[in-house]
Amino acid sequence: MLTRREALLAAAGWIAARAGADQGVPAGASGGDELLGALPGKKPLIQRAFRPPNFETPLADLEPIHTDNSVFFVRYHLPNIPRIDGATWRLQVGGPSAQRALALSLRELKGSFEQVSVDAVNQCSGNRRGLFSPRVAGVQWGNGAMGNALWTGVRLRDVLHKAGVAADALEVVFNGADTALLPGTPDFVKSLPIERALDESTLIALEMNGQPLPHWNGAPARLVVPGWTGTYWMKHLTEIRIQPAAFDGFWMKSAYRIPTGAFATARFVSQETSENTPITEMLVNSLITSPTPATRLRRGEPARLAGKAWDGGAGIAAVEVSLDGRQSWREAKLGRDLGRFAWRQFQLPLDTSRSGPLEIAVRARSRNGATQPEKLTPNPSGYHDNIVQTVRVEVS
Amino acid sequence: MRLKAPLTAVSAALFGAATVGHAPSAAAAAAEVTDLHEGAGRDLTVGRCIVCHSVEYIPSNAPAMNRAAWQKTIQKMKDKFGAPITDEEAKQILDYLDANYSGKSG
Repeated sequence: MLTRREALLAAAGWIAARAGADQGVPAGASGGDELLGALPGKKPLIQRAFRPPNFETPLADLEPIHTDNSVFFVRYHLPNIPRIDGATWRLQVGGPSAQRALALSLRELKGSFEQVSVDAVNQCSGNRRGLFSPRVAGVQWGNGAMGNALWTGVRLRDVLHKAGVAADALEVVFNGADTALLPGTPDFVKSLPIERALDESTLIALEMNGQPLPHWNGAPARLVVPGWTGTYWMKHLTEIRIQPAAFDGFWMKSAYRIPTGAFATARFVSQETSENTPITEMLVNSLITSPTPATRLRRGEPARLAGKAWDGGAGIAAVEVSLDGRQSWREAKLGRDLGRFAWRQFQLPLDTSRSGPLEIAVRARSRNGATQPEKLTPNPSGYHDNIVQTVRVEVS
Repeated sequence: MRLKAPLTAVSAALFGAATVGHAPSAAAAAAEVTDLHEGAGRDLTVGRCIVCHSVEYIPSNAPAMNRAAWQKTIQKMKDKFGAPITDEEAKQILDYLDANYSGKSG
C-alpha cells in the first residue's frame, strides 16, 4: 500500500526509490527515501531540486572510473537555461586587459587551437552539505554532486594569448548562457585569478568522455578548472573578459566563500578579505562505493572494499583503511593512475571469517602530505566535508 | 486552491521549452514538487517562491532552519535576488515557514 507521500509522488509522475545507499548517516540528505527524476537525455538521478535543476549521481553510478555522461550530476543556479545552437554560438573574448577582441566559433576552437584532454574530478563546492552536523542551509547534497570525466577541448591559456593578455591583467571573468528570470537576480558570473586562468590545465572543454558535452553539463563549451571546485567550471560559456580589477559580482563577493585561513588551499588574493575568501581547491578526500550499509556480507564469503580518492591536484599517495575502530591502518591497493586531477580507485579484500558488526574507516593521503581529518571544520556554507569516511556493515 | 495543474503549465513554459529534442520515459521524468504542508500562507509562499525555484528546498532545508534563519532567507531573496515580496507578504511567508518548516531549536 502506498503512503500518502508515495501516492502524491506517483500522481506527479515520480519514481520514489531508495537511491543507491548512504554512508551510514542516520538522518539527513542520504538517510531517507531519495526521489529519482530523469532530466531529458539523463538517466534517473537524485532530485535535490527540479528548477533550477540540481540532480545528484546515485552512489552505484560512481563505481566506474569514468562517470557516464548520462548520470553525471547537474547543478544550476538560474532557471533559464537555453538550448544552444552550436552552429551560431560564438565565444566572446575581450575585456580591458585584452589586446584585441575575439568572437570564436566552435569550428575555430576545434581548428585553430591544439586539442588537449585531461582526466579530472568535477566536484560541487557543496557536495555532502546535507551530511553536515549541525545542518547547514543550501542544496542538501549527499555524496553524488561529483564525478570524474575525461575532458577534451582547448587550453584557456591559448585562447587568452590569442586575444593578448596585457601586463595589468588581474582576473579573468566568465559568463554562461543561463540567465535569471527577475531583473534583480544577479547573473551567474565567476572569475579566476589570472595565473590560474593561464595554468596549462585550465581548459575550455567541448567534449566529455569522448562525446560532445551533454546539454545539462554545459554544451557546447564549458570551463574545466582541474583541482578547483565546480563553481568555477562555467557551463554554456559565452563570454570571457580579461580585466585589471577584481570582479565584484554577487557570486564572487557574497557566495562560495570560506573563512580566511581555515583551509590549506590555494589563495585567491584579489578576492580575499580579512573575514572570508573564495573557495578554491578541493581537499584530499575519499568515497566508499562498496560495501554500503545495505550490503549483506556473508560469513566466509569473499568481500571487497572499493572506492575513490582524490584531491586538489597533487595526486593521491595512499589510501589507508582501518577495520578495528581506527587503532591500526593498512594500505588499500590503488587502481590505475589517470593523472593528478583524476580520482584514484582503491580496493581491499575484507575479512569475513567472523560474524558481527564490521566498521570500515577510510582516509586518503595526498602527495602533498595532507590527509583526511576526523572532524569537520565548521563554515557557514557547508563546504569541504572531507572527514574520514566510514561504513558499518554486518557479517552474518 | 489547486496548485498542481497551473504549476505544471508554468514549469513546461519555463523549463520544458528548453528541453525539446529528447523523449524521456514518462515514468521516470523529473517533475516539479508543489505539495507543501497545508496552512495559512501556503499558497502565497508557493506562489512567490516558485517564480525562481521549485520548493523542494523548503522541506529539505527545514532541519537547518528556525524563525531567524527563515527571516534571513526571505530577506536575502528580497535584497540579493530581487524577489518582489512586500513587507506584509514577507511576514505571512515567515509565519508559514516557521510554523511548518522550522526544524532547528533556538
